[in-house]
Amino acid sequence: MRRKGSALSGMSTIAWKEAADHFSSARFHFVMLLVLLTAFGSVYGAIGEIKNTIGQDPFLFLRLLTTAKQPVPSFVAFLGFLLPLVSIALAFDSINGEYSRRTMSRILAQPIYRDALLFGKFLGGMIVLALCLLTLWLLMTGLGILTLGLPPSGPEIARGLAFLVACLAYAGVWLALALLFSTIFRQAATSALAALALWLIFAIFWGMIVHALTVALAPIDPTNPMTLVSAVEMQSALARISPNTLFSETAQALLSPQTRALGLVFMEQMEGAIPGAPLPFSQSALLIWPQLSGMVAAMLLIFTGAYVTFQRQEVRA
Amino acid sequence: MSAPVVEAKGLTKRYGPTIAVNGLDLQIEAGEVFGLLGPNGSGKTTTILMLLGLTEPSSGTVRVFGHDPLRDPLSVKREVGYMPDAVGFYDQLTARENLRYIAKLSGIAENEREARIEQALQRVRLAKVADRRVKTFSRGMRQRLGLAELVAKGSRLAILDEPTSGLDPQSTQELLHLISSFAKEGMTVILSSHLLSMVQSVCDRVALFREGKAGLVGTVPDIAGTVLGGICIIDLEAEGVDPEKVVAAIKGIRRVTRRKNGSVQIDADGDLRSEISRAIVAAGGSLKSLSMSQSSLDDVYVRYFETDQNREMVNAA
Repeated sequence: MRRKGSALSGMSTIAWKEAADHFSSARFHFVMLLVLLTAFGSVYGAIGEIKNTIGQDPFLFLRLLTTAKQPVPSFVAFLGFLLPLVSIALAFDSINGEYSRRTMSRILAQPIYRDALLFGKFLGGMIVLALCLLTLWLLMTGLGILTLGLPPSGPEIARGLAFLVACLAYAGVWLALALLFSTIFRQAATSALAALALWLIFAIFWGMIVHALTVALAPIDPTNPMTLVSAVEMQSALARISPNTLFSETAQALLSPQTRALGLVFMEQMEGAIPGAPLPFSQSALLIWPQLSGMVAAMLLIFTGAYVTFQRQEVRA
Repeated sequence: MSAPVVEAKGLTKRYGPTIAVNGLDLQIEAGEVFGLLGPNGSGKTTTILMLLGLTEPSSGTVRVFGHDPLRDPLSVKREVGYMPDAVGFYDQLTARENLRYIAKLSGIAENEREARIEQALQRVRLAKVADRRVKTFSRGMRQRLGLAELVAKGSRLAILDEPTSGLDPQSTQELLHLISSFAKEGMTVILSSHLLSMVQSVCDRVALFREGKAGLVGTVPDIAGTVLGGICIIDLEAEGVDPEKVVAAIKGIRRVTRRKNGSVQIDADGDLRSEISRAIVAAGGSLKSLSMSQSSLDDVYVRYFETDQNREMVNAA
């Protein structure tokens, strides 16, 4: 049975209203303040480090984002840790909040489909994330120009923009996840806790879990070197279930141009390679293609889950 | 006579084994104020949600302005305004912003949007507080804002779910007054309630809901006639005799029940006041008061659902 009318009518209205709500909400201001402070802290630390080693790197601007000055982690590491938090803060109550405010049935009584509401909510979150990431990136670039005194080169800008896209995909995964939880759980607190629990698992415990699983699933036989290879491959495959791993690999390949591979490399594969020589941007992009499409796929898959759940939900609270 | 505004045939909704609405047939004409009356959980809200296409009927058909709410929900929702039970708004937005959002969603042209919102706010006397946040609004103001939404949207059919629940008597009167004035201007109104006096004062026709069925449909006097079967209810207060014994001997008395305050309620086939007074006096008692009450919807309601409970008890025994 086909429905009449467009599923998208009203979507942009909802998206812009959601974005406006986010930009004026105290919760979002708080999270963004946290991100900005850590960003400034880590880049400031990186500048101090870079000044000691100036002139040794053609990609000085990218070093700004990847250099860590102990004990402060690098900007990229911070972003990998905090972006999920921003996404969760944006979306953990987007659907169940409408129920608890008792606005859901009123909104759905307007001439729009449910699809438009969910698309609009997701899109609104993505607009906010995109604007914030762009601002953050421009701020950091500006800070770099001011303190280092030189403009970024063309390849650096290309890599920076690609990194921005990767950040957006990564944040999108978590946005979709928070949206899914907000449709599954009727209590905003429950969905927030579920999303935060998953965030902690992937950000902190996933490495340990992967290690334990690898030992169990692919035990190493000291007499057979091939078991070592399969163990390493198993480990990286399991680690890549986590969007955090995909993001950090993407960031590594994009922001450290000398990265040639994101997994096991054999000696014969390195034949003829100049150690430490940077790859052109197109080759780095090729390298992260699976990671990036993995993140986009995860985002779409999780969003589909939220979509199906929401479409089947009873409107009455 | 034009086609009916709402036409439901054999409308049924099951939630698993429980039947919320059971084979409902309903026809509502243009310009009517139609009351859905019944206790909580008798299927009123479910019926409303099916009219709006927010819930899928298990079987049966509905037509609203000739459209199928399931296949063509946008056409239905464009014509219909819905005010849910305990209507909710976005608290951080002002009254005007809330209406603007709804007006955008319902596709009102940009050039007439503001004028219509202003007009609607004046209509429900909220123009002075239009730019205050809804957070500060009282319950009555929220309900009026809900009505303003219907006006701004230009709905031809207004569906109000428990519009006066939780309101003080003055706000209730005000709201009912507004609703009747809408009806006078040609808006068809469906309102659900368990408050009988309210339904009696504004509704042209009433459907009594019981276990998901519209047991009785008709004007208030018609229904009273059907349920009470032309029975008169007489209040008697007497001293010096046992009124129950004395009265029981009179022909045409259906039932005698003693009230807590000592008076007696008599259900009789006709106006038997003179016979009763004679009998009391003849038995040596003194008559303190004797009056016949008008059959109101309250009596109908109590009687209707009382017989229901009695039957259940019989079935259980």
